Amino acid sequence: MIKRRLANVVSGIILVGLALLVIWPLWFMLTGALTSTAELNMHIGPVFNAGAEGYATWPFLPRYPTFQSLIQLLMDTPQFFVMFWNTCKLVFPQLLGQLLVGTPAAWALSKFRFPGRKLLFTIYIVLMLMPFQVTMVTSYLVNDRLGIMNTIWAIILPATFSTFPVFIMARGFDMVPGVLLESAALDGAGPLQTFFRIGVALGKPGILAAMVLSFLEAWNAIEQPLVFLKDQTLWPLSLLLSDIATHNLGLAMGASLVMLLPAVLIFSFGQKYLELGIQASGIKE
Amino acid sequence: MRKDSSAAKPKRRKRQYQKQQVLTALLFLAPSLAGVCVFVLVPFVETVRRSFFNVLGNRFQGLSNYISVFQNPGFRMAAANTARFVAICVPLLILISMLMAVLVRRLKPEIGKWFKTTYLVTMAIPVASVVLLWKALFANNGIMNNILVNVFDASPVSFMSTDAAFWVLIFTYLWKNCGYDMILWLAGFDNINAGLYEAARVDGANEWQVFIHVTLPGLLPTLFLITVLSLINTFKVFREAYLVGGAYPESNSIYLLQHLFNNWYTQLDVSRLCAAAVLLAVVLLGIILLLKRAWGDEEE
Repeated sequence: MIKRRLANVVSGIILVGLALLVIWPLWFMLTGALTSTAELNMHIGPVFNAGAEGYATWPFLPRYPTFQSLIQLLMDTPQFFVMFWNTCKLVFPQLLGQLLVGTPAAWALSKFRFPGRKLLFTIYIVLMLMPFQVTMVTSYLVNDRLGIMNTIWAIILPATFSTFPVFIMARGFDMVPGVLLESAALDGAGPLQTFFRIGVALGKPGILAAMVLSFLEAWNAIEQPLVFLKDQTLWPLSLLLSDIATHNLGLAMGASLVMLLPAVLIFSFGQKYLELGIQASGIKE
Repeated sequence: MRKDSSAAKPKRRKRQYQKQQVLTALLFLAPSLAGVCVFVLVPFVETVRRSFFNVLGNRFQGLSNYISVFQNPGFRMAAANTARFVAICVPLLILISMLMAVLVRRLKPEIGKWFKTTYLVTMAIPVASVVLLWKALFANNGIMNNILVNVFDASPVSFMSTDAAFWVLIFTYLWKNCGYDMILWLAGFDNINAGLYEAARVDGANEWQVFIHVTLPGLLPTLFLITVLSLINTFKVFREAYLVGGAYPESNSIYLLQHLFNNWYTQLDVSRLCAAAVLLAVVLLGIILLLKRAWGDEEE
């Protein structure tokens, strides 16, 4: 009995300790965005301002919480909107493209039997697991040939044909019972009707899982814009945040929080699908 | 494939039906397939070709690009760092995420769910959002050194320009990816036959014995899967390295393949870039085929 209780205490300490490692950074970002630039300079100025003395500190709560930085960021900093808009221009066309191209492909791979299907599926899996070091070379060759280097299309187009969402969606479509398709065919439904009425309707968890994973991936992208966008006016927020910090800490803190919010929102609405998506790569039938 | 056990007349109809199926499948696949060919497969063939040619792509050079990649000190350093990273990080990642899964499963469902969400949320936090935090933590006069000097009375550590950067990278990677692997572990736990647990309980096994004799053997497929996936994912660690050290890290210990590739890319050293990409693709293909075995060949 005592042993069991001890085990509970130890496990509780570990769990809470690990959770703090996650919560504290979130707390840092939240309180940081609500702290004035002057106070930020006092706390973490030594790190960001050349010549400042002493060590950085971080209080549990700001002494004078204020919306000043956030208001300044959202009202008087048009450059911020440009960067935020740059991020959106990269992320959402990608998702739309993956949805339009990937969903029917996943449906075909999951529900149709044709020669070469297994091989094709294997190729898709191999491609989705290749790291950026490999795909950057192939993408570069195509982008260069198509003359779209240094435009947003150099990132959107290769991402549209990413095979990862196809794989996740196909795993989702696998759950749609084949009996339904047969009865739909008997009722005279065409392939398109079956795809939309049954496939998309019942395979929604898989589609959403793919979209949530793709969104988080694209929102967090560093390598692709760094390599394919020379023109800094096209750069997304993710590449410019560390630059802002050297100019105005308050604004940078606010921008960090604003960058975080969409990702956390999508996460909280889509956690169920996110977990499904992760498991899809793990469970074998 | 299905066997035709029906009579002769429906057989013809069936064949026609199958033909139609193949055609429909092809139409559904066409946009994706065309895109994959244009954006990946065809350029990959070109990548292989250029890896044997000079920079302009007009003179055959045999293996000289590959030899020059292997002789490149940057490549050796990046490969060594990657190997070291894999050797240390993958076991740690597997152990910690498994411990998290075990502990979370012992909790009441509502509380367990809260912890699960908390651990998973790091997956959603964009690297860019925590750049400032990491700088404030690990700079020479940052928060960590403040704690080291003023609480533990130790000497400050130069996290960014020494080997310590490597450990910051390991910590960052674990911080970001443990939640993901925990979900895989939890799915693995759920896949173990519940009947085995009951049988063990009936036989009077305690919690620890059940874990050793039922849970661990049942988790072997999951372990294999997580190991291979983690191996593959360590090639994607550049984001975390960028977070720790920026595009041009001060410390050589976190100089990775992506940094080298970026360098060659800016120098337009296409033939070496192609050779290195082909090498990497071959290595990864080997690992992925291992993974395929974990998933099982019975894709049908």
